[in-house]
Amino acid sequence: MYVCPYARGLPTRVNTCNAATLSYRGGLVDLVYTGLIKAIRLIVARDPEILEITFLTLRVSGLATLISLAIGIPLGLYLAVAQFRFRKVVVGAVNTGMGLPPTVAGLWVSILLWRNGPLGSLGLMYTPTAMVIAQAVIASPIVTGFTMASVQQLNPKLRLQIMALGASPVQFWWLIIKECRFGLLAAVMAGLGSVISEVGASMAVGGNVRHYTRVLTTAIVMEISKGNFDVAIALSFILMALSYGITFILTVVQQSRRRL
Amino acid sequence: MLLNKTWRRRDNLESGAEIIEHKQGFSSGPVIRAKDLVVIKQGKTILKVEDISVFPGEVLAIVGPNGAGKSTLLTILACLEFPTKGAVFFRGHQVTRKNVLSVRREMAVVFQEPLLLDGTVRENVRLGLSLRGLKDDAERRVDTWLERFGITHLSGQMAHTLSGGEAQRTALARALVLEPKVLFLDEPFASLDLMTKHGLLKEFRGILEDSGTTTVLVSHDFSEVRALATRVIVLSGGKIQAEGTPDEISVDVLPKLKESVRPNLTGGWKN
Ligand SMILES: Nc1ncnc2c1ncn2[C@@H]1O[C@H](COP(=O)(O)OP(=O)(O)OP(=O)(O)O)[C@@H](O)[C@H]1O
Ligand SMILES: [Mg+2]
Repeated sequence: MYVCPYARGLPTRVNTCNAATLSYRGGLVDLVYTGLIKAIRLIVARDPEILEITFLTLRVSGLATLISLAIGIPLGLYLAVAQFRFRKVVVGAVNTGMGLPPTVAGLWVSILLWRNGPLGSLGLMYTPTAMVIAQAVIASPIVTGFTMASVQQLNPKLRLQIMALGASPVQFWWLIIKECRFGLLAAVMAGLGSVISEVGASMAVGGNVRHYTRVLTTAIVMEISKGNFDVAIALSFILMALSYGITFILTVVQQSRRRL
Repeated sequence: MLLNKTWRRRDNLESGAEIIEHKQGFSSGPVIRAKDLVVIKQGKTILKVEDISVFPGEVLAIVGPNGAGKSTLLTILACLEFPTKGAVFFRGHQVTRKNVLSVRREMAVVFQEPLLLDGTVRENVRLGLSLRGLKDDAERRVDTWLERFGITHLSGQMAHTLSGGEAQRTALARALVLEPKVLFLDEPFASLDLMTKHGLLKEFRGILEDSGTTTVLVSHDFSEVRALATRVIVLSGGKIQAEGTPDEISVDVLPKLKESVRPNLTGGWKN
């Protein structure tokens, strides 16, 4: 248990205020440094629980991102070119969804999955699957919105030109995807970034169950609430390294030589 | 109406497949024919053409002021969009959603902007052939057309690094490598500077003459029309106003065009 050195001997009123406020006054740099060292130690030592949490994070968020890509890319492509009556309504909904707070997504998914809920019989509440579903709900509008925007950025005449070159529908979409792959990779990064960093939904539908649904973000929240700042900071470094690593790979792909 | 004695209506023809005796001596049926075209966009009728044909081997110019509907007409004739009403026939067969892809693959279009795709010049010029699954002599054909447009030295260069003139040459090569039955050009030289335009126009005329490609050219520029066209259609307000040879049009029609229209037909038509 982390005991804030400044907390001792202070009036009770001050003691009740949260630990973060207190710790700030003493050795912020120290704390971050300790956290970093701890993170490196945990990784070097291949702490099994840390590895487990990290892999579950990757698995849940990776899968959720893939699902959101499968939904969001076709939907975004369609919405970018389609003309139908309620297009503005749908596009508005997508744009609103892009800012959907994870906690709200978590709430609604848990209402669906709750034992007496419509999907309660599936018994998915507090499972990694539930977390994948909730995160896919969060990421899908983001991927859809980014995809739509990147297609709409293309010169509309380019679509006519591709058709004029004799592209079949499949070839047409393939060329469009290639033309806006920068935007699409941004969509992947935004989608993944949104779910790997969210905590509200994972907590709501996963419950932070040790060895089962605990991911990096929920672990961080828990360690903070326990006052274990060094562990929390260590976990945050792992999370950031993970995000950066994945984003870096995608960026390398994105910025590689532009080819047809 | 800016009717003119050279403008001939062909009211009595029933089907697009019928043989039409054309005054310029083309005696086979039209490659493309469109009948009773109406295009309505956002509640506005922007095109209303009863009958228009493109005959084999001719270079048909469509001229007219801004907003006349030229690009719209070209898009319809090139089967890139379907008209609100009316039908388009390719070699006598009506173009439908089912056969439109195979019809498009007989045609090629060059727009005012080069609209190159991300990739090298060679990849761009080869694209239409690749989409048609033609592999055998694709490289040789690409080489031929790179050579003809004088861009062989650029073949490995990325499209987005090209100058306007180089990009437009690439776009023309990309269209002509397909050896299309009909070539559509929507103001392909408009964005070029005068020198580049003059040089390219001259080369391009040679290329068209050699290949005998049936061409539909949309243009603002009567000098361009004079250089290339064998027949001219004047479009204004979405309707065909006159038709004739470039000489007839420039002598009989252009002087009669309303003042409001004339300034838009820029570029040396007065000679
Ligand atoms: N999608 C659309 N919705 C509404 N109006 C349109 C649409 N596309 C074209 N128009 C209108 O149709 C008319 C004809 O357009 P078009 O592009 O065919 O003209 P144009 O003769 O090619 O003109 P320009 O010489 O300027 O290229 C214009 O008045 C234009 O505003
Ligand atoms: Mg136009």
